[in-house]
Amino acid sequence: MATIQKRAAEGVTEEMALVHAAKSGDLEAFSQLVHRYDRNIFRIAQHITHNEEDAQDVVQDAFLKAYQNLEQFQENSKFYTWLVRIAVNEALMKLRKRRTDRTVSLDEDVETEEGSMPREVADWSPNPEQLYGQSELGDILKKTIQGLPPGFRTVFVLRDVEGLSTEETAEMLDLSVLAVKSRLLRARLQLRERLTRYFKSKRDGDGHQ
Amino acid sequence: MKCTDFLKELSDYLDGKITEGLKAELDEHLHWCHECHVVLNTTKKTIEIYRDNQIYELPDPLRTRLHDAIMSKCRSSKHHKKDV
Repeated sequence: MATIQKRAAEGVTEEMALVHAAKSGDLEAFSQLVHRYDRNIFRIAQHITHNEEDAQDVVQDAFLKAYQNLEQFQENSKFYTWLVRIAVNEALMKLRKRRTDRTVSLDEDVETEEGSMPREVADWSPNPEQLYGQSELGDILKKTIQGLPPGFRTVFVLRDVEGLSTEETAEMLDLSVLAVKSRLLRARLQLRERLTRYFKSKRDGDGHQ
Repeated sequence: MKCTDFLKELSDYLDGKITEGLKAELDEHLHWCHECHVVLNTTKKTIEIYRDNQIYELPDPLRTRLHDAIMSKCRSSKHHKKDV
């Protein structure tokens, strides 16, 4: 009987049960919430900060802050949405500290023309994953996404890597749906442009066959 | 339809968030515009390659270490609300 109830309570309801328990001081329940989302928060933090040490700090600080402010969590949104919001703010703060030369904000107007119009228009090799070894491919993907402005890469990561909806992403980042869509399009096009330089089909002209 | 018009709708096209009518117009453009066809394909692959190759995985030993650190901080921080 207990098993059936447990299964039925899976998903959002189970999450809310954990949040309720954590709110009333059940540390084990909070530990389960940490376990549920630590990988996602680490990935998001790494993508924003590009620094592993900072990302580790962000994971710790975000969960601690969430714990300390659980009472303020209104429960009209998902716990994960609320948590990511905290983590993104922490990550941007880290980024600001590292880059004292300029401010970092998701609202900064990133009017780069780059990527708005495709320049590299070549199909990719049938399988870029075979063209490069796993770690080399990882380096290319990292280097490429690091070149995007923070506001673009954060939107791309939440939408396309973490698979969140446009509306959820807008809520997490305090942006309008329209702003999320515009940043996502430009992020996708800029990444495509840069990756094409690595992955374009060899017969399009760089001599290797 | 011009290529710039197609590009504006590219994201929604990829996400399947367009009306049938608009989709037909975009498909018609794709039919004769090789460049937009390539841009569509490679943008789709861009999304897939980032989705399939998680570049920032959390290794298990580090995960355990972070988890322990978080829980110990939570434990020593007086319960929320009380110390705020």
